[in-house]
Amino acid sequence: MSILVNKDSRILVQGITGKEGSFHTLRCMEYGTNVVAGVTPGRGGSIFGDTSVPVFNTVEEAVRETGANVALIFVPAPFAADAIVESADAGIPLVVPIAEGIPPHDMVPVARYLDASTSTRMLGPNCPGLISPGDFCKVGIMPGAIHKAGKVGIVSRSGTLTYEAVGQLSGLDIGQSTCVGIGGDPVSGTTFVDVLRLFNEDPDTDAVVLIGEIGGTKEQEAAEFIKAEMKKPVASLIVGASAPPGKRMGHAGAIISGAAGRADEKMKALIAAGASPIPTPGDIGLTIQEILGK
Amino acid sequence: MKVHEYQAKALMAKYGIPVPKGGVAATPDEAKKVAAGLGGSVVVKAQVHAGGRGKAGGVKVVANPDEAAEFTKSILGTQLVTFQTGPEGVPVTSVLVEETMDIVKELYLAMLIEPSTRSIVVIASEAGGMDIEEVAATTPEKILRAVVDPTVGLQPYQGRQLAYGMGMAPELVRPAADLMIKLYKLFIENDCSQAEINPLVVTGDGRVLPVDAKLTIDDDAMFRHKDLAELRDAGQEDPLEAQANDIGVIYVRLDGDVGCLVNGAGLAMATMDVVTNVGAKPANFLDVGGGADEERIRAAVGILLSDPNVKRVLVNIFGGILRCDMLARGLVAAYADTKSTAPLVVRMLGTNAEEGRQVLSESGLNVTIAHTFNDAAEALRA
Repeated sequence: MSILVNKDSRILVQGITGKEGSFHTLRCMEYGTNVVAGVTPGRGGSIFGDTSVPVFNTVEEAVRETGANVALIFVPAPFAADAIVESADAGIPLVVPIAEGIPPHDMVPVARYLDASTSTRMLGPNCPGLISPGDFCKVGIMPGAIHKAGKVGIVSRSGTLTYEAVGQLSGLDIGQSTCVGIGGDPVSGTTFVDVLRLFNEDPDTDAVVLIGEIGGTKEQEAAEFIKAEMKKPVASLIVGASAPPGKRMGHAGAIISGAAGRADEKMKALIAAGASPIPTPGDIGLTIQEILGK
Repeated sequence: MKVHEYQAKALMAKYGIPVPKGGVAATPDEAKKVAAGLGGSVVVKAQVHAGGRGKAGGVKVVANPDEAAEFTKSILGTQLVTFQTGPEGVPVTSVLVEETMDIVKELYLAMLIEPSTRSIVVIASEAGGMDIEEVAATTPEKILRAVVDPTVGLQPYQGRQLAYGMGMAPELVRPAADLMIKLYKLFIENDCSQAEINPLVVTGDGRVLPVDAKLTIDDDAMFRHKDLAELRDAGQEDPLEAQANDIGVIYVRLDGDVGCLVNGAGLAMATMDVVTNVGAKPANFLDVGGGADEERIRAAVGILLSDPNVKRVLVNIFGGILRCDMLARGLVAAYADTKSTAPLVVRMLGTNAEEGRQVLSESGLNVTIAHTFNDAAEALRA
């Protein structure tokens, strides 16, 4: 078992014929992901590369023909908001925009629209996507080979740091149920709390790694949920303690403005809520091993 | 992208927001002319991308045009050091000369995109002219907020509510609300990530207008604001950060001696933390990203190595799309370009890591290979 995606997930790729889209679609399919459709306006009626995946002009048509229920979006940042709304309007329950650099002024109305007028969940943007190794379902850009099926859930604002966590866990023979990258942008869809709630209810997740970073208050919101409702152990790491205030650390959301955005404040809130601190980024695997060994 | 105060005010004026009378000057003569045109005493303000100018000696009220020229002469060409700049300061290449006003009240007004509500939020306070973080910490009841629904935009009633909340005189409530609506329009149409007017003042003759103004345009939206690109003043940016920006790499200069080459923002921050944990100090944040090619790596490492503070380099790469061997070749080329001899601690995982390590070990550079995060940290422990 897993959360959000599993062996019944039918993936549609928006921007499938682009450079990034085609490269990653093939990597997802090699991993075992059930990619059922691609969408590129103007390329409808063709087949994607050497596969048997049909390409459609519109998401609406792709959903009607293939029953796709997850949209993986490789459309470039300037056009991504349109792609997200197209999939939501076609009734797709989960959309995963990968692009970095979508203007926040595009995302504010999109986030409001998805909440108010659709039942679509958005993961990201500016995220690596998600993967459920036990179901061979990879919906994103993470290197598939490092993963291992198991019972630890990972939720993170960072891509490569998630791979680091997976690498450490798999190296200790600890597998993962689902690894979810919620993305590094200030205006995004799925939150830590959303993912923690799903892991909490997933019978096949025993413990959770939560990787946060400076900026915003998403980690404090996670801490409140952990304190109030979380029944499973959570180990957490917050990166960016050494970052100077007021400087954007790559991720648009990773900028300290005010005390709440600082790494130590976030860690304090998580520890107070009962999460186990991961002392340094090199100790993610060992911390979980200790928790599971108890 | 930050813009100067005079640019922010010009943009505000374009949207019908009342601003103080004045003009920008790049020479003492120009400052004199602007001051003469205004008549009487004027204020001369150094134009730099940093707050805290007043305390740093970058702002002065002068009695006449000659004094305006004199003060301008004294600060043009200098580096202004404020609490927001590094010890080297930022260059003063222009000044804003403005009318002085009879200020009866100082207020605070800002707009920003708030992650937790995923909305544009207007912040207002009767405690203007002060550090707003401090106000929020000590007297949180003086901070007022209005969350904007993007489907309808900022409504006049929200502006009036904030104005009443700040204790404004009844006849000034509508002008204040009107100013907020105009600022919101500016904020939306120019993809601002932040707008701050501190202070927003009420004058003795009943005007409501900004005395200082800060605007930040979102970098990710610059593709649709070609006209705003000319407002960029690269001279205000760290020269290495500006170079990195030009080649599409995210580099932030810090004050340590360990150059950090990492892919991914989260891993880059984690690497900086690990360096700090062992008592060393990172010289930079550098995320080369997932899609970088050999030339871009070479240019990025060249920037990293051209920081004279860099004495050692830590490479921490989790290869995915980014291949470790390609990264290693770009790295070796940059060392050759800069003739650097800084020793390297290298940790590579993922795609073509073995080949990458081989390229480095055959390069003749001083390389220590680390396999885990903690090994890499230990190798840096002085």
